[in-house]
Amino acid sequence: MTARTEAGQAPDLLYSEAEEDLRAAVRSLLADRAGAPSVIARTESDTPYDPQLWKALATGIGAAGLLVPEELGGQGATHREAAVVLEELGRSVAPAPFLTSSVVATETLLALGAQDGPAAELLAGLAEGRQVAVVAVPFAAASADVYASVASGALDGTLGPVADAAAADVFLVPTADGLYAVATDAPGVRVEPLVALDLTRPLATVALDGATGIRLADAGAGARAVDRGLLAGAGLLASEQLGLAEWCLTETVRHTRERHQFNRPIGSFQALKHRMAQLWLEVVSARAAARNAADALATGSPDTPLAVAVAQAYCSKVAVHAAEECVQLHGGIGMTWEHPAHLYLKRAKADATAYGTAGRHRDTVAALMELPAP
Amino acid sequence: MTAPDAAELRRRTRELLAAHPPATTGRTDFLKARFDAGLAWVHYPAGLGGLDAPRSLQPVVDAEFAAAHAPDNDPRRIGIGLGMAAPTILGFGTDEQKQRFLRPLWVGEEVWCQLFSEPGAGSDLAALGTRAVRDGEDWVVDGQKVWTSSAHLARWAILIARTDPDLPKHRGISYFICDMTDPGVEVRPLRQITGEAEFNEVFLTGVRIPDSHRLGPVGEGWKVARTTLMNERVSIGGSRIPREGGMIGPVARTWRERPELRTHDLHQRLLTLWVEAEVARLTGERLRQQLVAGQPGPEGSGMKLAFARLNQEISGLEVELLGDEGLLYSDWTMRRPELVDFTGRDAGYRYLRSKGNSIEGGTSEVLLNIVAERVLGLPSEPRNDKDVAWKDLSR
Repeated sequence: MTARTEAGQAPDLLYSEAEEDLRAAVRSLLADRAGAPSVIARTESDTPYDPQLWKALATGIGAAGLLVPEELGGQGATHREAAVVLEELGRSVAPAPFLTSSVVATETLLALGAQDGPAAELLAGLAEGRQVAVVAVPFAAASADVYASVASGALDGTLGPVADAAAADVFLVPTADGLYAVATDAPGVRVEPLVALDLTRPLATVALDGATGIRLADAGAGARAVDRGLLAGAGLLASEQLGLAEWCLTETVRHTRERHQFNRPIGSFQALKHRMAQLWLEVVSARAAARNAADALATGSPDTPLAVAVAQAYCSKVAVHAAEECVQLHGGIGMTWEHPAHLYLKRAKADATAYGTAGRHRDTVAALMELPAP
Repeated sequence: MTAPDAAELRRRTRELLAAHPPATTGRTDFLKARFDAGLAWVHYPAGLGGLDAPRSLQPVVDAEFAAAHAPDNDPRRIGIGLGMAAPTILGFGTDEQKQRFLRPLWVGEEVWCQLFSEPGAGSDLAALGTRAVRDGEDWVVDGQKVWTSSAHLARWAILIARTDPDLPKHRGISYFICDMTDPGVEVRPLRQITGEAEFNEVFLTGVRIPDSHRLGPVGEGWKVARTTLMNERVSIGGSRIPREGGMIGPVARTWRERPELRTHDLHQRLLTLWVEAEVARLTGERLRQQLVAGQPGPEGSGMKLAFARLNQEISGLEVELLGDEGLLYSDWTMRRPELVDFTGRDAGYRYLRSKGNSIEGGTSEVLLNIVAERVLGLPSEPRNDKDVAWKDLSR
């Protein structure tokens, strides 16, 4: 199967009624619990995550188990619904380990195909929001390279920066010997917080020094599972970027309608209007790309690797552009700590590196579409 | 009579095909019979080529005729008549006008053109200066129009002209049907950047138009023109576009087939544009799905902007990719093409012709204003032409 032949079935690029209901529930929860001032306050505290918010999102709404089949304790929904949750999380930039745990780690475990045993038990724990799991690879990684080594069952290595490591109960560690599940409070596991560019998605170094864990799969199956997890992460990250860009555009439009200079709302100046109209066009295009990736993941389309690469190569740039325009068109206030624009800029720029940069995803397009480098 | 459904339309189509077998019926005779049977544009009224059927059923009829290899009315060649003149005549014409003009228009016996834009009134179309002065039962028209495609082939034109310069610009305009064979009408080809003349300049000198060829009330021509213009922009959102279906297709093929042309800089640009072309295709597909679901989104307003920029960047890249070949041009002879054929010509032609994509049918700058004001709700710039008589505006 090559990407040259387009999959026959047309992707569904719209939102279903159920998806809109889910969006409304998530948006209202985040509006109540994760307003911009509280997100800023949270980033300045020693506890980057709000356990009450995560509990409400994970179990109240059932977001944590969206991708997990009902027989394994989850909601049996698809990537299309998970994408809608990510759009809303992008819109609020609330610190919540949804992308890392409920998408990437969950998808990795699902890809192992276990119906019982430790992987299935862990999945049930994730689905119920009892546990948070994170794949212990650098946040910029787009494939399952091996960063830790194993000797006589003990894991060694220094991995990072790992996103959401501070919120994790379990690390999934790919090694040359297989994929391991390591409890974060096990002996020989140290999580060292890093000072991150993105204040709303904490990073940490994970140091393993003779740590023991449970071997979930052999090296080949483990790497394939992690690759699938990272593919889903990259594909759905596009929806987070879409939500982030939408917030930036909406707030910028609102600000420029209200802010008066030279006896006119500044939003009436053509130089500004054209920039916002251009951004709108990018946002509606990003929506089509992000929906296409989510639908491809949900339907298991053979077009998925290309759909994900296209979405990442496009949406990263849109989110960063939207956040940069947001800062600029807000003028001085956009440069302040108290205005949330900087949170979005930092998240957008970090997201542009997460799960592979746009350039890396364009390389994937080149390979899949047979457009090789010279 | 209740509106016919798909089965009824199919039945009538087959009846017509049986009575006028395409193999033995002349093209024009067949099209006239099709019009008279109400199967031309099924959503038009009975007696005017239609059957008052839902517009969405037209493809049912078209598919039947296509399957029978029946002649069609070549909507590309008579696009302006079909797309712009016809809906305006239907909306604002008298019974006599509808009876006189719609049948030969649809059959293709009479080609139409559109006399709207002027050298001094492009994006600011309502500022037009062509005058129409009442003289008995006639109007006498003097002025100059521009960017008129098909004027050299056209029998009729839709025309807007100023009938009252003392009123603000939008209120002093009237709408006419102009006879292009009138001795006061002079059509000159307007040669373009590509060397071709797709368009014309039209000079109107003492052209007499009978008042019976006015569309809509005197002074309300702008309202009528808005119907025409809305129909001009209605075309997007029809069929699915395949991957690499646009201008990126030939460039990607060249890249695959001719490794000796590849450079690293071109590779990065190609991949970026490939991704953007694919995303534009998906955005069009999403818009199509919204239309089918009965929830049209505002995305259509932006699609022209996206394709204009993409066409320009991709064709620019293509000229560079071709190296020495890109330095050549197929033919600078002045030609008068009936259709714009983007894919049938070389990269240099595509590069030059695509410069028009961000100008024709509304410049990208005007479209960005429309998106900003109508979609995003941003305030308009202050205007100084609103309540000023046209004759007092600066020009």
